[in-house]
Amino acid sequence: MEPHYPLFYVFHFYLFGVIALASALAFVTRKSPVAAALWLVNTMFSLAALYVMLDAQFIGVMQVLVYAGAIMVVFLFVVMLLNLGHPSELADARGLGWRLAAGLVGLGLLSEIMIILRAKLPQQLIVPRDFNEQQLQKLNAVGTVAAPLFKDYLLAFELTSVLLLVAIAGAVILGRGRTVSAR
Amino acid sequence: MLAESLALTAALFIIGVIGVLVHRNAIIIFMCVELMLTAVNLTFVAFSRFYGTAGQVFVVFVMTVSAAEAAVGLAIIIAIFRHRQTINLQDINLLRG
Repeated sequence: MEPHYPLFYVFHFYLFGVIALASALAFVTRKSPVAAALWLVNTMFSLAALYVMLDAQFIGVMQVLVYAGAIMVVFLFVVMLLNLGHPSELADARGLGWRLAAGLVGLGLLSEIMIILRAKLPQQLIVPRDFNEQQLQKLNAVGTVAAPLFKDYLLAFELTSVLLLVAIAGAVILGRGRTVSAR
Repeated sequence: MLAESLALTAALFIIGVIGVLVHRNAIIIFMCVELMLTAVNLTFVAFSRFYGTAGQVFVVFVMTVSAAEAAVGLAIIIAIFRHRQTINLQDINLLRG
């Protein structure tokens, strides 16, 4: 099913995979929100490299622009705005019981996913091996995403714009600060 | 490379889940949710290699949803911070009876 990959490709695939995994681990163990955000940006970058290696160049660019560029900047902006960094705010990890429970939940989810991965993939849906390359040749990197987006999934795309509008309105109303006081 | 991608996805997703459970800082919890969404994106891209490029379209949708979620969630965090002067989830118990 899978074609043979050159050693160069496999080496870099594993390299970026290990970088992503190590950055994610470093991210989840940080106490400071700024350090955590920077490690998460590192994870996003290596995932973008993996997208490019998996023939999804446009998605890789979007990953860098939207995730690493926009969303993480919003996070850092909020950290700056709230002026976090007091020692009381930094001691944020829960106790040992919570950590054990989290580890158990993680193990349970991992075994579940492993069982799901054992399932046989539907063979009749698999496209011919050079289908994606042909699409890339024919429509180029942006067109392979844009053509189905504006033909098959046009309604979903338009509804996405409504979602964004709602999100903008909600963020403005929540952030305006004329909410009713709790006291 | 499909099996490796799926294993990496599973690992990243579970790291995100554990982060949500372990941390008490609301901003870090939001970042863990972003990590989970990104892990799912990697699944879409890995499968799109074998099942056609339509999977990449769904990545665009997931990115949009996560951007909207980040905007609204951070606005909520700011609103809560204005009330309580903290974003530690243990001190935010307005809805607890």
